[in-house]
Amino acid sequence: MMAWLPSSNSGRCYCLLLVLLAVAPWIFQWADQPFLLDLLSRGLILAIAATSLNLIMGFGGMVSLGHAAFIGIGAYCVGIPAYYDFYNGWFHLGLTIVVSASFALLAGAVSLRTKGVYFIMITLAFSQMIYFTFVSLEEYGGDDGLVIYLRSEFPDFLTMQGPVALYYWIFATLLLTLFLVHRLIHAHFGRVIVGAKHNEQRLQSLGFDTYRYRLVCYVISGVICGLAGMLLGNFTGFISPEMMSWIRSGELIFMVVMGGSGFLFGPLLGTGAFVFLEQYLPEFMKFLNPSWLEYWHLPFGLLLVLLVLFGKGGIHGMLSKLDSRTRQSGP
Amino acid sequence: MDWGLLLTQLMNGLQLGLLLFLLASGLTLVFGIMDFINLSHGSFYMIGAYFCGSIVARGGSFLAAVLIALIGMFVVGAVIERVIARRLYRADHLDHVLATFGLILIFDAIVHIVWGPSGMAIPLPSVLDGQVTLGSLVLPTYRLVIISGGLLVAAILSMLVTRSRLGMMIRAGASNRTMVEALGVNIHKLFLVVFAIGATMSGFAGMLIAPITEASIGMGNDIIIIAFVVVIVGGIGSVKGAFYASILIGLIDTLGRSYLDDLLEIFMSLDYAETAAPALSAMLVYILMAVVLAFRPQGLFPPAGIRA
Repeated sequence: MMAWLPSSNSGRCYCLLLVLLAVAPWIFQWADQPFLLDLLSRGLILAIAATSLNLIMGFGGMVSLGHAAFIGIGAYCVGIPAYYDFYNGWFHLGLTIVVSASFALLAGAVSLRTKGVYFIMITLAFSQMIYFTFVSLEEYGGDDGLVIYLRSEFPDFLTMQGPVALYYWIFATLLLTLFLVHRLIHAHFGRVIVGAKHNEQRLQSLGFDTYRYRLVCYVISGVICGLAGMLLGNFTGFISPEMMSWIRSGELIFMVVMGGSGFLFGPLLGTGAFVFLEQYLPEFMKFLNPSWLEYWHLPFGLLLVLLVLFGKGGIHGMLSKLDSRTRQSGP
Repeated sequence: MDWGLLLTQLMNGLQLGLLLFLLASGLTLVFGIMDFINLSHGSFYMIGAYFCGSIVARGGSFLAAVLIALIGMFVVGAVIERVIARRLYRADHLDHVLATFGLILIFDAIVHIVWGPSGMAIPLPSVLDGQVTLGSLVLPTYRLVIISGGLLVAAILSMLVTRSRLGMMIRAGASNRTMVEALGVNIHKLFLVVFAIGATMSGFAGMLIAPITEASIGMGNDIIIIAFVVVIVGGIGSVKGAFYASILIGLIDTLGRSYLDDLLEIFMSLDYAETAAPALSAMLVYILMAVVLAFRPQGLFPPAGIRA
């Protein structure tokens, strides 16, 4: 049995969701909606990043307000080689992994000495450092960012060229990420991480060096988020320091909490909701009154406040409540 | 070395530091007493600037506009505390971050709806618009106004915190909230007043800076992060710490931006120095915060009785 799913019912739902995501390009091609494929690609990239944040925040209790820095690092690991007309995909991939792992190791080693509020603030500090570093790198566009003219080049059977091929790259990365996080959380390693969230002293007295476990967890999360950034750079073809501003990190937290923090599929659901709202809330406002188009942040912000005040557990929490209610009333 | 330039830069640093103090003192009290992370504290900074600007635009004098806007800010702060913040004190920090992040979006949208997307310039009365000559130094009058305004508020606040009954409760609340509650202080009222005073001071900072930078949407979103740096470096809940940390960070930031390239040229070639200096100077305050957090997480001047 898949014990990590809240119940077999919703388990089937999430498997179905993944199958739907796998065939989505065909559906969109058939319906002649290339834009929807774009939207979905972006959503899945953000879902990878949010899943990586969920690993440290949802399972490990390490609330980071600086995770968008890794997205920026990954994106610039594509952008800067591309600036020198160097498009070797393996090189981009390797560089992303090495740079984001090193940054995560360095920032994590310092940040994890602190807890709670202090951890939130110090992760914010590190991401601001990275942000301002790229803002002041005039050579690579500074504030204005960089245009990436070509995608990372991989051998033919792994090519990223074309929207559908890139989509499958993103989808495969998401699957791998979900699988990895699932395995980690149910391995000995993950038990220590989750245990340390609930009672760190107890684990320490059992002889676990929780600091080391957390640091490894932080580095894994950083690398995954860096990969999301690498994909995002390839997807948008334009990167700028704005990708790693603290507002973006706040949005990542929102996606995780909205979907259901500490639940494997939570970030995927939350990101879906986020991308959907970001895309269709403005149009909905426009539908209400054409001059309201630009005011969509208002209902969005209200939704956030209401989510915190009343929506414990996010979408996943509401779904499982619904699920248990229908089963109770069923035969 | 150009001493005139140095003095000007010192004044700039002091000005930035005092503005930061106006923001950070409220933030640190709310953080220390209610254990509440308020990312939207910077929105009060923006709203203060817009309040003041629209009163000036209706023909009010600058001074009257500031006074009326200050009262307005107190009301806004009290309403936000009563309606939203109060429900969140018992929630965890993650919820604070999320909900106040939502508040930022709401405030930005409201300003957008009421005052439109473009910024609002606030003209200064001619009395304040001139320059003052001090010996060989020529300073804009308004800069002196900001510095003296900031120092005045700092003095009033320090009197309030150290000499008054309210201040006694505030200090006690920052050290041990439960004990204050147990001693029968009306904690809800205390929280309301502290939050509203914080909002008022944040708004005051916005009013002071707006004639220079003009009021714009999202103007508080960058400075609030530096205000958090001040709060952490100074020690959460400590007004004294916030004061010293504000001045320190104001000076580091301003002097870093103007002198770091000269300093780096001593160690490295001109080219490298000119590339590295802007990056490093923007990072300086965050490096300071990371160092403080790593080695002295309770901050430089923690309130009495706090051990991190």
